[in-house]
Amino acid sequence: MAVQVLINLFIGFLWMFFQDDWSYISFFSGYLLGLAILFVFHRFISTKYYLFTIHAIVQLILIFIYELFTSSILVIGKTVKPKINIKPGIFALETSLQGDAEVTMLSLLITLTPGSVVVEVSPDNKVLYIHAMDIPELSDAVLRSKTKFEKAIKRVTRQ
Amino acid sequence: MNGSNPIELSIAVVILMGTIFGFLGSIGFIRLPDVYNRAHALAKSSTLGVLFVLVGTFLFFLFEGYFSIKLFLGIFFVFLTSPVSTHLICRSAHHSHVELAKESVRDDLKEALEKDTKKNTNIAGRLME
Repeated sequence: MAVQVLINLFIGFLWMFFQDDWSYISFFSGYLLGLAILFVFHRFISTKYYLFTIHAIVQLILIFIYELFTSSILVIGKTVKPKINIKPGIFALETSLQGDAEVTMLSLLITLTPGSVVVEVSPDNKVLYIHAMDIPELSDAVLRSKTKFEKAIKRVTRQ
Repeated sequence: MNGSNPIELSIAVVILMGTIFGFLGSIGFIRLPDVYNRAHALAKSSTLGVLFVLVGTFLFFLFEGYFSIKLFLGIFFVFLTSPVSTHLICRSAHHSHVELAKESVRDDLKEALEKDTKKNTNIAGRLME
């Protein structure tokens, strides 16, 4: 992806210099042209077209914001009740993601959503141990959001 | 800033929501039983509360005619650092054998760690022989 962005910037600058017009508009039109050129030629660089990656990142952020709000409402509902009725606990969650970057991203996202904290990752990166505030309700929610996150992360990192 | 302008009023509502989330986080911090649950409450207030307050501030300066990318950097870095610190606090608490609250229903990590140490002692015992 980084290579593609660099090439695209290069095409943008090149276009600007060809026009002999040092302005944002000519650079921007060159950048758009570069996007089109890269779309045609990206399979020679043998990676995914980088706009698709950016689209996947935006989708991941949107999914994350949605999960943030739904689980916050759950947790706030638990904390402000006059009698706190929670069953906290640590449960194991297997993940199909591989590699440090993917597992780190997943555990960051799970920790950021309220009501669940990744306490430990097993040495072989396969199992996450998650402390949830209310096991009966939240473990299902965490499982659901985990599958969503996994899908979105794979779309970002895999070819 | 006055309340008659609808844009400024909605910005004020956004910032107020941020402070309410922070407040609820502190309530949770006091009321919840153990370290792990309190970490939840604090993580929540520092993600949603900071998100709302900074987005509100960003919108305010946007309508003043000043685009501040610094505020988004603030959100980004809080979202990057807060889960790491929460994770480290919980992890070190669990490793130094802080008990879970008595309401807790299960602890898979403890079992896994015990199994691990048993395996290790077995290996150590075999090595001793």
